[in-house]
Amino acid sequence: MCLAIPGKILSITGDDPLVRVGRIDFGGVVKEVNLVYTPEARPGEYVLTHVGFAMAVIDEIEARRMFDTLCEVAGLEEKAESMA
Amino acid sequence: MKHMDEYRDGRLARGLAARIAAEATAAKGYHFMEFCGGHTHAISRYGLEDLLPSQVRLIHGPGCPVCVLPVGRIDTAIRLAARAEVTLCTYGDLMRVPGSKGTSLLRAKAQGADIRMIYSAADAVAIARAEPRRQVVLFAIGFETTTPPTALAVRLAERLQLGNFTVFCNHVLTPAAIQNILESPDVRELGRVRLDGFIGPAHVSTVIGSQPYAFFAEEFAKPVVIAGFEPLDVLQAVLMLIRQANEGRHEVENQYGRAVRSEGNEHAKAAVAEVFELRKSFEWRGLGLVPYSALRIKRQYGTFDAERRFGLEEVRAKDNPGCQCGAVLRGVKKPTDCKLFGTVCTPETPMGSCMVSAEGACAAHWTYKRFRDGERKSTPSADVAA
Repeated sequence: MCLAIPGKILSITGDDPLVRVGRIDFGGVVKEVNLVYTPEARPGEYVLTHVGFAMAVIDEIEARRMFDTLCEVAGLEEKAESMA
Repeated sequence: MKHMDEYRDGRLARGLAARIAAEATAAKGYHFMEFCGGHTHAISRYGLEDLLPSQVRLIHGPGCPVCVLPVGRIDTAIRLAARAEVTLCTYGDLMRVPGSKGTSLLRAKAQGADIRMIYSAADAVAIARAEPRRQVVLFAIGFETTTPPTALAVRLAERLQLGNFTVFCNHVLTPAAIQNILESPDVRELGRVRLDGFIGPAHVSTVIGSQPYAFFAEEFAKPVVIAGFEPLDVLQAVLMLIRQANEGRHEVENQYGRAVRSEGNEHAKAAVAEVFELRKSFEWRGLGLVPYSALRIKRQYGTFDAERRFGLEEVRAKDNPGCQCGAVLRGVKKPTDCKLFGTVCTPETPMGSCMVSAEGACAAHWTYKRFRDGERKSTPSADVAA
């Protein structure tokens, strides 16, 4: 219920704030998801979805920053490879 | 980045584990509780405990919404579903949760009750709209991640003026439960559970933000690190907790900044505040009555409250006497301490709620960890003494 995997927004339809819907690609499985709680979400971005509602947009810059720290701590130099 | 595979890299995990082993030097060791079932699941699935040195112990907390729902609420839902006019809509996780006397929603459905599994809260509204002769009840449960969707379902139903849609609300609040654990005799007086810090919820925090944890860090002098649900997220959070413990700090740190902002999701919080209000107390399995730990529908939306419409009364029901779910949820016992675990209680035939949801401590242990300590299962006390 609290588990969620990031999905990529393919397209967004609907102007009504209560039923703004995105087509989200979850690793090949495409589902329609309500975007009422993520009005800032744009196509191409990743969102976390719970019971049919996107609750958070992934911050790419912050993701990269933390992953760099993680690679540094883990003492590996291959981050460029795994980030590609 | 795809924000998933990167965080499952085995080489990075071993690198992090080596760093943890190098820095976890305190003689008394480190006991960290992960509140969330999502972390419990990740820890079991990816065998993270095998990567950690013996002085770092992870204690599974109560954070699985299915697991903390008391038997009485399941019994009430089953009774509601038995009414001829009612269509009960529920998330799949709840179908197999045992009620009293061997009942469950799945069995009630098999016996003819109109119970439907839904994916989204909005699906229940769509059913109510399509079938105006049915009284459609959304059996709503979950922590802060599933509450905003329920709020939207209520607001949609209001806009559509649906007279046949209600919500049986069982939404609970994470901070109240964390506080209850920290103030419990097991932690404070009896010392049965030692806690040196918390791995803070991932997706709950996307909604409520990181601010609510500041109180725990300060009042109880325990570090909190909010962490994502992927294996590298958990390992990185453990390292951050160890560093705080080593330096005598107790702060709220955010490992999951890619999804969690300090203020959370303002849109979702506003919608929840519009539709719901606090209950004075609510029963949690394992924790008992916890004050101000759950939500109910506000009076102004009372027409969508199933408890009002159907005059549902509070029902107290007892757990299976052999079931140790309560102690497991409080971190006092491990799944393997329970006599029912892996004997009569398995995910196929769960006796307790912790064996039902993938986020439950018992189900996670059964699915992933029993292969590691299968031999120890017959002598569970060996595993417990540590």
